Amino acid sequence: MDFMVEGFVQAFSLIIHLDPELLRIIVLSLEVSGIALLIASSLGIPAGSILGLKKFRGRGFAISLSNTFMGLPPVVVGLFVYLLLSRRGPIGFMALLYTPSAMMMAQTILIFPIVTSLCHSAVISVDPIIRRAALTLGATPFQAALAVVKEARYGILSGVIAGLGRAMGEVGAILIVGGNIAGYTRVMTTTIALETDKGNFELALALGIILLIISLLINIGLHLIQKKGMVRTIR
Amino acid sequence: MSLELVVSDISKTYSNDTVLKNCSFTFNSSRIYVLMGPNGSGKSTFLRICALLEAPDSGDINFYSEGKPVIKDISLMRRITLLLPKIGVFNTSVYKNVAYGLKIRNLKIDSASRAEHALDFVGLLQKKNQNALTLSSGESQRLGIARALVVEPEIIFLDEPTASVDVKNTEIIEDIIRKIRKDSRAIVMTTHDLAQAKRLGDEVLCIKDGQITERPG
Repeated sequence: MDFMVEGFVQAFSLIIHLDPELLRIIVLSLEVSGIALLIASSLGIPAGSILGLKKFRGRGFAISLSNTFMGLPPVVVGLFVYLLLSRRGPIGFMALLYTPSAMMMAQTILIFPIVTSLCHSAVISVDPIIRRAALTLGATPFQAALAVVKEARYGILSGVIAGLGRAMGEVGAILIVGGNIAGYTRVMTTTIALETDKGNFELALALGIILLIISLLINIGLHLIQKKGMVRTIR
Repeated sequence: MSLELVVSDISKTYSNDTVLKNCSFTFNSSRIYVLMGPNGSGKSTFLRICALLEAPDSGDINFYSEGKPVIKDISLMRRITLLLPKIGVFNTSVYKNVAYGLKIRNLKIDSASRAEHALDFVGLLQKKNQNALTLSSGESQRLGIARALVVEPEIIFLDEPTASVDVKNTEIIEDIIRKIRKDSRAIVMTTHDLAQAKRLGDEVLCIKDGQITERPG
């Protein structure tokens, strides 16, 4: 029991004294997950919107695929990206393995189906009257589609935040493709795994506390967005 | 400028149910046409076809401006508007709802004053910063009219504009409709209320057996 108390005391000491190594790991984690989220959202929001708005051959299959991939096992994604980036892989010449870019790539693959599926759900839940109303006001079909996507903005943002939550807590994929190299590809989750193995609980606990705080902030953000989206109607 | 709408021999069938059958009529500017008929008689279908939101199975819809035919493209669609029974309120402020038509037309000059004028016209100016989803049914309907009017359409189609509103809002909306007509627009509206049709209509029409006829008396 004492070692736990001691661990917490030292963890808080690291946080309070803004330990440089701790800060570097936090910044890299935010950078990797942030950029992965940005890429996944820039691809996933248009993809989810198209799935929600356009009728085309194979749409049902694409939706099922996207929903299935929401639960992709991170280690499988890690393995897939590893094979792609390994020296003998199709893009091995880019020498991206064990770099933050490889970690971003793995996280993008993990987040993309989440953003796409939740964006699709948000778009199809918009009352069809919105599209028709936009058309009656002189909107082009594209402008009417944009009006629908705009109506779905709170649902879409929820999807983006859910994606960020997944990225921040992910360990399997980035451990495989990032290699957990100190000062270069070591992020919060991989450090926690490594330091726990080594019995260095203070850094693992400090990062765990930070990760929980970030997770809490993400959830507060999600709650606020969902609350803003639900306007009380008098009718 | 004013538009004239000529409907020639249009027919529309939905899965073996013929709603409109060789329907013809000419709508001129500065007049209010009130279309009556039982539920399912094809009033709303007729308005959607006239507003170019739906194509007829056969027949033609043509618009004329100063006697010349107008090409049916997005520019024409922006000269007419249809107010649906459920207007489709955007989840944003009352002001932004009204300004939407101006925004999609990229009309930036005077857009604020035009939107405010339209809101003032329907008595909603004091609620311009309120979220439009919090308006009552009657206010929503007035918002719909303001949203349609702000872009100064030449023909306005109103599909049961007072169907779900109280007496007070019905009176307000009827007043607004009378005022709109003064601006040399054609107004084509549907209603189930014969008294309202007589109060507002320059011509009261009936859709029966898929065809438009002028209501006698």
